[in-house]
Amino acid sequence: MVEFRIDRRSGVATYLQIVQQTKQALRLGLLEPGDRLPTAREVVEATAVNPNTVLKAYRELEREGLVEARRGLGTFVQKSLGAGPADSPLAGELTDWMRRARTAGLDREDAAALFQSVLDQEFSEGER
Amino acid sequence: MNRQEAAVEAAGLGMRYAWGRDHVLRDCTFRLPAGRICALVGPNGAGKSTLLALAAGLLRPTEGQLRVCGTTPGAARTRLAYVAQDKPLHPQLTVAATLRLGAELNPGRWDQDAAERVAFGSGLTPGARVRALSGGQRTRVALALALGKRAELLLLDEPMADLDPLSRHELTGALMATAAEHGTTVVISSHVVAELDGVCDHLLLLGQGRVRLAGDTDDLLAAHRLLTGTGADFGPHTVVEEHPNGRGRTALVRPGGALEGGDWLVEEPTLEELVLAHLRNPGAPALLTADATPARREEIAV
Repeated sequence: MVEFRIDRRSGVATYLQIVQQTKQALRLGLLEPGDRLPTAREVVEATAVNPNTVLKAYRELEREGLVEARRGLGTFVQKSLGAGPADSPLAGELTDWMRRARTAGLDREDAAALFQSVLDQEFSEGER
Repeated sequence: MNRQEAAVEAAGLGMRYAWGRDHVLRDCTFRLPAGRICALVGPNGAGKSTLLALAAGLLRPTEGQLRVCGTTPGAARTRLAYVAQDKPLHPQLTVAATLRLGAELNPGRWDQDAAERVAFGSGLTPGARVRALSGGQRTRVALALALGKRAELLLLDEPMADLDPLSRHELTGALMATAAEHGTTVVISSHVVAELDGVCDHLLLLGQGRVRLAGDTDDLLAAHRLLTGTGADFGPHTVVEEHPNGRGRTALVRPGGALEGGDWLVEEPTLEELVLAHLRNPGAPALLTADATPARREEIAV
């Protein structure tokens, strides 16, 4: 059974942490189509978070088509998530960009801030 | 209007002890929808314990009305469980005998498995006498009785105060699991809101015997913003608290119009910031969200 790690100090809403960790588990292959997610009861017993938070996270995953709730049976994974492979053309272009940034005199924090601001500009918050 | 049934509803609720000169609770009006995990928060002396004892039917209000599970606190007694701050138990009984007493006092609804899971979770032995238990172990036994009762409404007065971190996590998990399975309404009082962040989905903030904030935590957070800027004033927004910040000011406000276009940095406050700002500023108006507002006073009257 997949486990969730809730960090109350992270500033990220608890339900989003569950959504993100489920997606991470899909990318890492910890979860595959047909696998059952833990029940809300199982999650809250282990993490001591509010049950409605877990249900909200599962609804969000269902809305995104990643899982399906089957009445009386549980919540099941519908499809897996592919990570952008490390050797894809996109990864290569990003590596080139990082190297150019370093040559241009940006340090790690400058590069991270620039990357984040372009990310925020191109992908609205909560977008899949 | 179709909305979730209320577990607790109060209108104009006031309480003054016979020996006291001042009111402990004054004109409290609020509503707690069923199935919520409610944090009852306030500083020492705010009236939290009195409100819980009133809801449990152990005290009678001096003013106003209080409805619990759709009826009077007295009539709801079999459907609610109350754990007082000092965890009163019979000192001469063993833990096993205490649970047997719970079973006999609650015929037809007692859940022995649930009670035993909580009572013996940390290696407590059935034969141990209650008088020999530590504070944290007594809490465990008291919570075991409350969960064994299978109540619809759990009223817990500072239940976690003397628990070690491991027991706190385990027992909070047990409470949440019960709520997930049975839709139990839980009210947990504390003077530290941070320890209930992530656990509660509803907040009832008391200050000096009055309701300051009541409602769904997400709704309450959405109704407030932190604004920071060097502008002269905070425009149409209701300021709960403001203080200087560098050459500018930071304020916790209830937006009274558009926030965009203002010359401010706009941030969402944390639950703790919201609570502290309201406690530091007793003059700020109280706020009840829609689902925390009783429909009409007459409808509450018992």
